[in-house]
Amino acid sequence: MNFFSHYDYWVMLFLAMSGLFIVIARGNLIKKLVGLAILQTSVYLLYLTPGKIVGATAPIVDASFTVYSNPLPQVLILTAIVVGVATLALGLALVVRIREEYDSIEEDEILRLDLDPADDKREAKP
Amino acid sequence: MNFAEHLPALQIVVPLVSAPLAVLLRDRLAAFVLVLAATWTAFAISILLWLQVGESGLISYAIGSWPPPWGIEYRVDALSSLMLMLVAGIASVVLPYSRASIEREIRQDKHYLFYALFALCLSGLLGITITGDAFNLFVFLEISSLSSYALIALGKDRRSLVAAFQYLIMGTIGATFIVIGIGLLYIKTGTLNLADLSIRLQAMTSHRPVLAALAFLTVGISLKLALFPLHQWLPNAYAYAPSAVSAFLAATATKVSVYALLRFYFSVFGETAIFQRLPMEDLMLVLALAGMFVASTVAIFQDNLKRLFAYSSVAQISYVVLGISFDSVTGLTATIVHLVNHAVTKGGLFLLLGAVIAGMGGVTLARVHGVGRVMPVTSFGIVLCGLSLIGVPGTAGFVSKWYLILAALEKGQWWLVFLIVLSSLLAVAYVWRFVEVAYFHAPRADLAGVREAPLALALPAWILVAATIWFGVDTSVTVGSAATAAAQLLGVSR
Amino acid sequence: MKNDMVLRVIGKLLIPFILLFALYVQFHGDYGPGGGFQAGAIVAAAMVFYAMIYGLSTARRVLPDALVESMIAAGVLLYLAVGFAGLHFGGNFLDYFVLDADPVAGQHRGIFWIELGVAITVCGVLVKIFYLFAQRGQDQE
Repeated sequence: MNFFSHYDYWVMLFLAMSGLFIVIARGNLIKKLVGLAILQTSVYLLYLTPGKIVGATAPIVDASFTVYSNPLPQVLILTAIVVGVATLALGLALVVRIREEYDSIEEDEILRLDLDPADDKREAKP
Repeated sequence: MNFAEHLPALQIVVPLVSAPLAVLLRDRLAAFVLVLAATWTAFAISILLWLQVGESGLISYAIGSWPPPWGIEYRVDALSSLMLMLVAGIASVVLPYSRASIEREIRQDKHYLFYALFALCLSGLLGITITGDAFNLFVFLEISSLSSYALIALGKDRRSLVAAFQYLIMGTIGATFIVIGIGLLYIKTGTLNLADLSIRLQAMTSHRPVLAALAFLTVGISLKLALFPLHQWLPNAYAYAPSAVSAFLAATATKVSVYALLRFYFSVFGETAIFQRLPMEDLMLVLALAGMFVASTVAIFQDNLKRLFAYSSVAQISYVVLGISFDSVTGLTATIVHLVNHAVTKGGLFLLLGAVIAGMGGVTLARVHGVGRVMPVTSFGIVLCGLSLIGVPGTAGFVSKWYLILAALEKGQWWLVFLIVLSSLLAVAYVWRFVEVAYFHAPRADLAGVREAPLALALPAWILVAATIWFGVDTSVTVGSAATAAAQLLGVSR
Repeated sequence: MKNDMVLRVIGKLLIPFILLFALYVQFHGDYGPGGGFQAGAIVAAAMVFYAMIYGLSTARRVLPDALVESMIAAGVLLYLAVGFAGLHFGGNFLDYFVLDADPVAGQHRGIFWIELGVAITVCGVLVKIFYLFAQRGQDQE
């Protein structure tokens, strides 16, 4: 198998793995979300790649063209993009709220604050 | 138009319509009535579908009249009709409870949004169960997940935010893995219809991309169903979410993910591809056993009751996976029965814990001292559910453990019977922790005047507790449907 | 950026064309690249642009919060209404074939309303997200 004939899959894998690495290795909540966004974006490439036919046009009916790319992956990915946007927006909204409550967006600091034994008292508040 | 024909579409659309309407109304009472009506309608529809499937065996519905495999197909068989009934039924019980419950936990001007999110989450979960299209399954999965992240973040404790964020990260990684798996299958076969996929995959189950797809799907769905050791998001998410949300998610979300796993394993890849060519049987057995023991042991050392029972959920999910690993009709029956039984038990348990929070202000072990004296009825309910978690005869938990043991004996694995009983002893230990503080300690001075939970909280909880007992005595609905579903799952692939 | 004369003038000149382009993308979606999602995003971009030049409070007078929230719900409802229309005319859910005597015309009619619903919801959601995040910063100052 020729390495370069499938280079877009390699790009996809590189993006996916770097995204996953950022999510796992970084403690900053915003950076985690960036990694997550990269991971999700890599999937778009996985879907779009096989739908493209070299030398084909966009799937718009016209008498002068006969070979069209597959439009279905693009529709699917449009859905996945919407999901990605929604996830990112929700994630960022949570980070904003976390910062308001903890005054920090570093995971280790937040976890340390959570070990605070005064928590039971706060639970009692109406 | 004939309603009976369109039930599969209405099953999803009715709760889905109620969500935007609730947002438009901007009034908490109107939103509650609307979403409640939609949820109860959905439950009625699911019962009708279950009856229809009992007669005809399979219902296929083409959305937009595009015939499958081109269009999106809604497909109801024995397993999905049972799951639909479970999800809609739990929602119908939890929603009336939530009205009284969120009064104390969520700001009043946000209530209509809570109901809208609940309706969205419900339609997402129902959608996963009913759809026969792989990508549609992913979309519904994300609808239910995104709304559940938001629902968890509504918790009163600030730790609910961190829990929701962790769940969002883990859940999105899981969903992305699932969509990568579906993408690889689509690249190989050119179809997204689950039934069509299974036909086309038969010739290529050992191709490398298909195996990669299987791996991605397994890991992705395992994250969603909190299979040990991918359960890290679950305990905090359940512990700090609002009470009604904990109960609803604990009873349905992981169960629906197990459904997705069963669907992909048995209806798409086929039993031969998974269990006879790959060592999945051993893998799942080891993970299930590890989960049963580690999670139960961790549960014993928790000092927050909601966290304790959240870890117990991880352990109980491991029983479900153990049933899958037997790869037999009895094993799958045990899996499906336990899905239902555990959903009912855990749902009731978390509703009762919500009632305790309403009375005592929290569920840390130090706080609930003597709750058995000030809230005797609620505590008795918790003990009953605890007995079901242990698997005492006469409760639902016994029935599922019985079938697990039968499946183990069928395979001649005596040592597994021993391990199942041993892990039940761990359940005795963590349920005992509640019994000890509830009945053998005096209540704290400032909490001695606490009264029994109001009827609005107690009644829904006791419906589920009664179901826990009922399913332990009369097994015709649960075991009957589960056995049919298990036979159908294995029959399709053989 | 409220007081920058150049930006204010350019903004005033550009925004009508952005909106016009959104309408083009919306209605040409049947025959070429485009559709409700893209159109909704373009309208929302125009709104964000407007808010950045003229200030958030001005933008919220143009497009009040309650209206934005209603847009989110109304778009989804329009989408579902098309689904029910399919049921009403004797087809399956979301069946466009039955929406007109001629099935092809029915498909056109169905997708037109669906895309309109998508555009309304997408625009509403994006503007809402922008409002929520932009407002947070201002509240704290």
